[in-house]
Amino acid sequence: MSKQSFSALSLFWRGLSRHRGWRQQWRKPDPEPQYDAVIVGGGGHGLGAAYYLAKEHGLGHIAVLEKGWIGGGNTGRNTTIIRSNYLFNESAALYDHSLKMWENLSQALDYNVMFSPRGVMMLAHTIHDIQVIKRHVHANRCNGVDNEWLEPAAAKAFCPPLNIDSNIRYPVLGAALQRRGGTARHDAVAWGYARAADELGVDIIENCEVTGIRRDASGAVAGVETTRGYIQSKKIGVSAAGHTSVILQLAGVRLPLESFPLQALVSEPVKPIFPCVVMSNTIHAYISQSDKGELVIGAGTDAYTSYTQRGALHINMHTLDAVCELFPTFRRLAVLRNWGGIVDVTPDRSPIIAKTPVPGLYVNCGWGTGGFKATPGAAHLFAWTMARDEPHPINAPFSIERFRDGVLIDEAAAAAVAH
Amino acid sequence: MLLIPCPYCGPRPEIEFTHGGEAHLIRPAPPAAVDEDTWSQFLYMRTNLKGAHAERWRHARGCGKFFNALRDTSTDHFIAVYKTGEPRPA
Repeated sequence: MSKQSFSALSLFWRGLSRHRGWRQQWRKPDPEPQYDAVIVGGGGHGLGAAYYLAKEHGLGHIAVLEKGWIGGGNTGRNTTIIRSNYLFNESAALYDHSLKMWENLSQALDYNVMFSPRGVMMLAHTIHDIQVIKRHVHANRCNGVDNEWLEPAAAKAFCPPLNIDSNIRYPVLGAALQRRGGTARHDAVAWGYARAADELGVDIIENCEVTGIRRDASGAVAGVETTRGYIQSKKIGVSAAGHTSVILQLAGVRLPLESFPLQALVSEPVKPIFPCVVMSNTIHAYISQSDKGELVIGAGTDAYTSYTQRGALHINMHTLDAVCELFPTFRRLAVLRNWGGIVDVTPDRSPIIAKTPVPGLYVNCGWGTGGFKATPGAAHLFAWTMARDEPHPINAPFSIERFRDGVLIDEAAAAAVAH
Repeated sequence: MLLIPCPYCGPRPEIEFTHGGEAHLIRPAPPAAVDEDTWSQFLYMRTNLKGAHAERWRHARGCGKFFNALRDTSTDHFIAVYKTGEPRPA
């Protein structure tokens, strides 16, 4: 299919013919019996991995299998926060690799993913928070990741709706600001990767659930059973977020994952009032404003493992208590809708991008509550790992074996919160 | 919010409970003789089942007792609750 590029000029030109010349942006092919590589999971990570496999590693014949519709899982359910201010060297390298790719993603895909580096501010409410956050600031700067400490007045200057009154229950004692952080349009990320991958010949197959993984006599993968028939492939990459354990069980692989519901909600849309992203780990609130005008608010995970894509109201109420105290202006806004997604959480809250004990089977999982920010980087590194059958130096520490060998990348302890 | 049937107190709201993760994990012994693969299986690897999942709960803000439950993780429906030490219901 020839490329139908997007630009102001093409928009104007199509406008002259009442926008009737636009084609469907990706095909809806039926699965073929055999592929060079199969990606299980059609979210941003999976579609991106297929794109980089085709673009950078020259694999010709690739399929992405998606149980529902593309971008309908956690890609369409997250709060779109992008940042790279993680404590440990391994994490900083991984997330900053991704952040650098975000900066050029719209140009690379010829698709406006609306990356908006509006700044991510993390609040400190206690002396302990100040110490932890300043440690993060210094560690980030040693790793070449931008991050700076703001006193309360400077935090308010950066985010005017913020309440810095010293008489609130959790007063703002300061904040760390990563100016390169921000948000992007989540659906556009899935659609942009889908369009770009399709152009390179990748088959994106929706409504196709994987129900089995077949292995040959040597134990290596031979193909996948799906609801749309058997598909042969010697390389299978699983990028299925909360359902990764379910898929890997089909090949007899146990992972250090537990799946929890994570909830989010949006307010009714209002005029631009909120210029950045604000996070508070201590009182658990994440908030930004979408371009539609809705305040996008991230709540916490429920206490129990579940695959239901919904959770309890008290989790949202806890976050709204915090948001309303920090931003009293928002008390009168109505909540428009809330939802849940299933996140796969590792014991150290760091992801896994690695080979599995089964030859030909690869996994990109364990992103927990923070996988969206890593979409381009994780997809890029996962494609590398699948194509070369060995990890890229950046994702080499993010193996499954780190749990056996005791080399955890313990961002859980570093942040003392799901993130 | 879930209504959780504590086997000692009856149905109570979820906020009275803490979740204790997968049930029936047996600590390998003796510690010095256990290899690292077995330790990592015990400490980190989880079944993370979609379906009837045996898990531990503690009625922390109630009777304080631990108990086990069989819950369908695809619907959150409690299939059975049973006391710690009892075998998993079929």
